[in-house]
Amino acid sequence: MSGGVDSSVAAALLRDQGHDVTGVTLRLWGGDADAGCCSVADVEDARRVAAQLGLPHYVFDFADDFDASVVSPFVAAYVAGHTPNPCVDCNNTMKWGRLLDRALAIGFDAIATGHHARVETMHGALELRRGADAAKDQSYVLARLGPPQLARTLLPVGELTKADVRAHATRLGLRTAAKAESMDVCFVKRGERRSFVAGRAEERPGVMVTTNGQVVGEHTGVSAFTIGQRRGLGVALGERRFVVDVDADAATVTIGRHDDLLCDSQPLRDLRVLGGELAPGSEVLAQVRAHGEALPARWEGGCVAWHRPQPRVAPGQVVALYRDDVVLGGALAA
Amino acid sequence: MHYLDHAASTPVRPEAVEAMLPLLAVHPGNPSGGHAAAREAKTALEEAREAVADVLGCGPGEVVFTGGGTEGDNLAVKGSARARRASGDGVVVSAFEHKGVLAPAHRLEGEGFRVGEVPVTRAGIVDLDGLAEALDDRTVVASVMLVNNEVGTIQPLGEVARLLRERAPRAVLHTDAVQAVPWIDVADATRDCDLVTISGHKFGGPKGMGVLVVREGIALVPEIEGGGQERGLRAGTVNVAGAVGLATALRVTHERRVEETTRIAALRDRLAAGLRAALPDLFTNGEQGRKVAGNLHVGFPGVEAEALLLMLDQAGICGAAGSSCSSGATEQSYVLAAMGLPRADALASIRLSLGFASSDADVDACLAVLPGLVQRLRDRTASVA
Repeated sequence: MSGGVDSSVAAALLRDQGHDVTGVTLRLWGGDADAGCCSVADVEDARRVAAQLGLPHYVFDFADDFDASVVSPFVAAYVAGHTPNPCVDCNNTMKWGRLLDRALAIGFDAIATGHHARVETMHGALELRRGADAAKDQSYVLARLGPPQLARTLLPVGELTKADVRAHATRLGLRTAAKAESMDVCFVKRGERRSFVAGRAEERPGVMVTTNGQVVGEHTGVSAFTIGQRRGLGVALGERRFVVDVDADAATVTIGRHDDLLCDSQPLRDLRVLGGELAPGSEVLAQVRAHGEALPARWEGGCVAWHRPQPRVAPGQVVALYRDDVVLGGALAA
Repeated sequence: MHYLDHAASTPVRPEAVEAMLPLLAVHPGNPSGGHAAAREAKTALEEAREAVADVLGCGPGEVVFTGGGTEGDNLAVKGSARARRASGDGVVVSAFEHKGVLAPAHRLEGEGFRVGEVPVTRAGIVDLDGLAEALDDRTVVASVMLVNNEVGTIQPLGEVARLLRERAPRAVLHTDAVQAVPWIDVADATRDCDLVTISGHKFGGPKGMGVLVVREGIALVPEIEGGGQERGLRAGTVNVAGAVGLATALRVTHERRVEETTRIAALRDRLAAGLRAALPDLFTNGEQGRKVAGNLHVGFPGVEAEALLLMLDQAGICGAAGSSCSSGATEQSYVLAAMGLPRADALASIRLSLGFASSDADVDACLAVLPGLVQRLRDRTASVA
């Protein structure tokens, strides 16, 4: 229970379905930028909702693990010129990692969250499907879970639209009914990623070059750049320029035109298959951002070949593969 | 429900409830006023003050009613340091003081004071050599607790006071005696202290009510200013019912202390022995011979305390780990870290604290449940991994 409306309603729905429900809020971060989905400031809301629903509520302190499993890799990825997805890492290592392990050790059967996605059994196998509310679908951030984790997962609000969720919370009189959604990474304030990384890692200054090797500027560290980035490049070349490559070893950032970003295929690594058939040559839909469009492609085993050229995806970003609205698995852009 | 968290808070003693009720429900007066109702309140307040003074071994004029232990600690540490700024800049605290002392010390650091944190030993006792090193003739206040709130170890305040006299003649000595009242003769143990904090709800009084003993002649800069109540050291209308409740609980606790301590020590020892018999690999924190009677701080290798406490709670047994922060999260214990306990051991440790309301039934219930939970947790943790 994050203290938001979705997990509040998830708890209420499970209780009303007759489950023996216990509320847990994770304490993950206590720093300055304690906002986002699981901040300590929201614990009180979660506790009050649980009390209102008549559920016991506990806080688990995973802050040290969170730092090691999510925050440190986040910093290391940016320093390496990659673009991490800390929410996906948190889901894998904290919620479906430490929390699930502890829940099973205590004797619970499953964990439930307020994610907008659906776990369903089709032809005897579990599937992760997009949430009923297409605009709020969060299956992307769950795409790197594995089948054993899915088997211990309940996502009760996945059948509802966000409006339904809020209406249900209002009907129940839950204090979180009208609460604003969290959008930011919980440990970095909006717009402060760069200073956050700089505060935790040494960085080398370097140069910014064009695709034909001409030096057009300098920078203080590659962590400020992500492939596809257009703003904040600090150079004016008369037309729109994008980051098209980040070479951390050489501390070099390459900028170019939008066309320079386009690729016929996207190399991937570390695919985790969640379900379904995924033979090379399969037609899939590939989604490269949490709320991006899923684009048609062919799984080639190690890469997806786009039907139409697409901008290169920053290394480290999650690429979720779907068939229709079913998650096949999640890989990382190479 | 079996309540084994008396170090966090105790039920209010029936005698205290009875004494408070008329003041809550019948008497309207403000003790600072001038009419009959005010005089009634004033009489109740001053009788409470005298009762507190009797037990704590001080004069009634040295008793300052506060809003609890943390407030008393704040007033003592910040108030004495600020009042003595002209004679020095040193503030010395033990590393495992309550946050009510540590946070004010850090605040003073921001005001230009030097703050020395004295290490504590693995046994849970302030390191006297470290204390001697930290003290100097510019030290203005030293604060060492009488009993540690997590591991229950009794600190050698006599030795602390002797070192202060030798090495820091300008310093006042404060002790946070919040955890000591039910177990030891506080008047005797704090006779060398200039400032003594106690808190009502640790011995059967109401929450949000405390006392700071301020010995005659000890100057303090007040935290809360206003109408000059409590000798100008704590402005605001005194919580008369709270003061009466605290005083009554303190008197009852004092009268029964030896008998209750003996009874509770036997309960605690039976609990410890029973757990050890069922779980031979358990370890305890804080030197056994130097602990108060109600404290059992015990660790189970390979077990996550947070998970165990949840299971105990499900089974109707209330225990604790670390100290509770306002969000209800269990913070990593800085007390155990200061004692040099390995992190894994600290995360496997829980505090079971008994008090005047504890009974054989509580111990029986805990012994019936806890070993099985530890075993289940170990088995399932192994199978999950």
